[in-house]
Amino acid sequence: MSNATALHATDAAKASDNLRFFVPGEHHPKNGTLLGFWMYLMSDCLIFACLFAVHAVVGRNYAAGPSGADLFDLQLVAINTAMLLLSSITYGFAMIEMQRNRLRPVLMWLIITGILGAIFIGLELYEFYHLIHQGAVPQRSAFLSSFFTLVGTHGLHVTFGIIWLITLLFQLKKHGLNRENKRRVMCLSMFWHFLDVVWIGVFTFVYLMGVL
Amino acid sequence: MFDSLDLTKLIFGRLSWESIPLHEPILIVTFAAVLLGGLALVGALTYFRLWGYLWREWFTSIDHKKIGIMYIILGLVMLLRGFADAIMMRLQQAIAFGDNVGYLNSHHYDQIFTAHGVIMIFFVAMPLVTGLMNYIVPLQIGARDVSFPFLNNFSFWMTTAGAVLVMASLFVGEFARTGWLAYPPLSGIVHSPDVGVDYYIWALQIAGVGTLLSGINLLVTIIKMRAPGMGLMKMPIFTWTALCTNVLIVAAFPVLTAVLALLTMDRYLGFNFFTNDFGGNSMMYVNLIWIWGHPEVYILILPAFGVFSEIVSTFSSKRLFGYASMVYATVVITVLSYLVWLHHFFTMGSGASVNSFFGITTMIISIPTGAKIFNWLFTMYRGRIRFEVPMLWTIGFMVTFVIGGMTGVLLAVPPADFVLHNSLFLIAHFHNVIIGGVLFGMMAGITYWFPKAFGYKLDPFWGKCSFWFWLVGFYVAFMPLYVLGLMGVTRRVSHFEDPSLQIWFQIAAVGAVLIALGIGSFLIQLVVSFLRREQLRDHTGDPWNGRTLEWATSSPPPNYNFAFTPLVHDGDAWYQMKQRNYKHPTEGFVAIHMPKNTGAGIIIAGLSALIGFALIWHMWPLAILGFVALMAATIIHTFNYKRDYYIPVEEVVRTEAERQRLLAQHV
Amino acid sequence: MNTHNETLAHHGHAHHAADHGHDHHDDHDDDGGASHSTLSGYVTGFVLSVILTVIPFWIVMGNIFENATTTSMVVLGLAAVQIVVHMIYFLHMNFKSEGGWNMLALIFTIMVVVITLAGSLWVMYHLNTNMMPTMTHEMK
Repeated sequence: MSNATALHATDAAKASDNLRFFVPGEHHPKNGTLLGFWMYLMSDCLIFACLFAVHAVVGRNYAAGPSGADLFDLQLVAINTAMLLLSSITYGFAMIEMQRNRLRPVLMWLIITGILGAIFIGLELYEFYHLIHQGAVPQRSAFLSSFFTLVGTHGLHVTFGIIWLITLLFQLKKHGLNRENKRRVMCLSMFWHFLDVVWIGVFTFVYLMGVL
Repeated sequence: MFDSLDLTKLIFGRLSWESIPLHEPILIVTFAAVLLGGLALVGALTYFRLWGYLWREWFTSIDHKKIGIMYIILGLVMLLRGFADAIMMRLQQAIAFGDNVGYLNSHHYDQIFTAHGVIMIFFVAMPLVTGLMNYIVPLQIGARDVSFPFLNNFSFWMTTAGAVLVMASLFVGEFARTGWLAYPPLSGIVHSPDVGVDYYIWALQIAGVGTLLSGINLLVTIIKMRAPGMGLMKMPIFTWTALCTNVLIVAAFPVLTAVLALLTMDRYLGFNFFTNDFGGNSMMYVNLIWIWGHPEVYILILPAFGVFSEIVSTFSSKRLFGYASMVYATVVITVLSYLVWLHHFFTMGSGASVNSFFGITTMIISIPTGAKIFNWLFTMYRGRIRFEVPMLWTIGFMVTFVIGGMTGVLLAVPPADFVLHNSLFLIAHFHNVIIGGVLFGMMAGITYWFPKAFGYKLDPFWGKCSFWFWLVGFYVAFMPLYVLGLMGVTRRVSHFEDPSLQIWFQIAAVGAVLIALGIGSFLIQLVVSFLRREQLRDHTGDPWNGRTLEWATSSPPPNYNFAFTPLVHDGDAWYQMKQRNYKHPTEGFVAIHMPKNTGAGIIIAGLSALIGFALIWHMWPLAILGFVALMAATIIHTFNYKRDYYIPVEEVVRTEAERQRLLAQHV
Repeated sequence: MNTHNETLAHHGHAHHAADHGHDHHDDHDDDGGASHSTLSGYVTGFVLSVILTVIPFWIVMGNIFENATTTSMVVLGLAAVQIVVHMIYFLHMNFKSEGGWNMLALIFTIMVVVITLAGSLWVMYHLNTNMMPTMTHEMK
């Protein structure tokens, strides 16, 4: 029951030599890692969008507790923003060196990026500690729950990024800049810059508009 | 003394002997049955020494075909559990009138309707749909596997881990009593302090990771791995619906993840997102969860539409009518599905302007679906129709789904919805579209593609039995619910006072029994087909005279699918190949590059389930340990760079030669 | 319909297994992926980002505008611009990468984000007004 039915007998007679139906030899499917990672970033973008939406809705629900204007230290936030922005460009330098296939500079720029990221997390933890110490705990109000969750989720992502970075450093040392590792460095690059994009949203929407 | 007390609490959290529901006879009997059945299964596997085979060939397999089959097995097993819940509810509602309190108290009943919904949506419909897409899409696009084979295996095990947690809630602790979407404040820590909602949360979060990754996987596969010449408008229509479905998955599941995480923080850390005090707003939960929830139902139905398109075309022996308009309709549905979500809570109080906007969009979204129905009908018109079992399911779908769709448009009118919201009319509507659409679609798809996967057709007699029992059973079970809903009966009620309602519930219970016979017929069909497989054997790989590339392979296909990547010139590629008298190549084979099996997926998913269980029971040290192990396992896995191997050319030659021999014998 | 008249030139040659791994397969793929990074690209992006960060901080900390709404609008607008800067200079966003699929995915995601944000704000504003009369809040 599988081959041509009687319908197009004349066409069938023309046979198949002017139409090839298969690719001879080995066919390499295109690698989808970068596109796949971009798709993952889009889904991550949506998680943050939800958190921003929640903050938009409950971000002024202070429940007679402290507000953003009472709590936020914009200077600290500015320093943190600077750290993250710097780390973006240091990652960029790592990418440029990777294009030139120079392993040691790549490692160096990655390490610097990691350190800047760690400083960012450190400052953020300090900020959280300071807030909690004051009694501005996330349980105090919906505003504070939302603040800690949104900023904290971003911080968790950065932390995972740092763990990934450290792992990559070991893998680069072990296998050098092979094709797989280059893809991984590119993926982490996308991840890192994406987190900086989210941070723009955070410092604008949570901090700057939060004190108004 | 002080030490050991603390130690027990530390290790076991709030888990104790009381967590086992010894006072519930139904559960004890169920547990005994499961235990016996489980022991029998384990015993048989051990006796026939199948563990090694299972581990090597199935559990660690990254082959999309094996993974697809495992998804479908998971879905069918969970169907039995979800249906058991349904039968229990029908029975309770048929007898619990006046003095008769029935056999289920509300504490138990509430868990049953919650579990029924959660299981049917997340652990039956999603796995069936995902399994079908997993099996068929790579074959239809001429690929050897999906883009990320390891992630595919991992996704399956994460879904299974979620199912395991839900099943565990039967015997250890209890399940949520909040309904399948767990609205706060009821699902908050104040009103549901027990483990039920926590089981719900972690089962869904874990399964959700699997689903999201699967969405990314299939999306990239369809974009990147199509055979040369297969432009987007030459893809099989099932692949188009799979593409749109996976776009919806990637763009909707993150919302579920976020919302459940917020609920988790409210419950575990005392945050105030959805609480009644300290500034919380529980309406926000409803809003966000339905922003996920509506696209979710389209995730379920679009693949079914794709299945029906393929079946109508094949069994009418005609090219699908209006392919382009089908594609556009699917894309329009995908986009519009984000603009209707409020129709799930018209009555929450957003007012006329908001309600009318969403009412209008809801009515608009029915239009592209209507266009599809016409296209199917026009495909059938003047075709040479063969009423094989898949076609029966399709025709059953067309009638049933249209009715369900119409009641949906009725509900889309806000004033009408104010009367009918959360009544049995709503329950009848969504079962109408989900059973008539998704379930019939899955049965059709399984019947249609079963010969491809296993090398023999399903027995048509028992297939027809199953179909007719399901069809008649559905109407008998749910038409009374439309009546009851119009009379004002509310959902999720386990006991009634008004005796005039009882007859309708009794009729519905009969319907449920008929559906049970339908499920039974399907199970018998599986057994009978296996026993009669030589008579039902598919020797050529194309038992239905199909039109798309999956029918170009043998049944079942070799693990590499295609010895040579196909070159596509036209839509309905296989049909064109047959028309042009295509002969499978007999020489020039090369070694084929394939990914290796791995145990990393099942290990990481297993650890996730363990962490979930630990978090549910507040076993903090175990949770932390589990998390550390999870990170370690994941990082270790990334250090594995040797994930591929080559199938030697001799093996390819042998497999293809065997195929040629079969084809020559049976033309 | 195109007709291929390729002759069946080469037979598949045996591949050596693990050594080469997956190296040959994806030779042409890196072009489909990221575009090339340049020093000038990153520096330009960095400088623009710094400017676009300093200004909003200055506006808010220095109380430049009396009106909170104006401040909000300006600050949000600058954030949007900076996001675009990041997309172009750091993420190498363009219409070509991955055959246009990156851009399409981004546009679809932005659409869903806008619907989620605007939709939620609209819906929740109405819900709050109608159903939570004791809570009067200014919602952004």
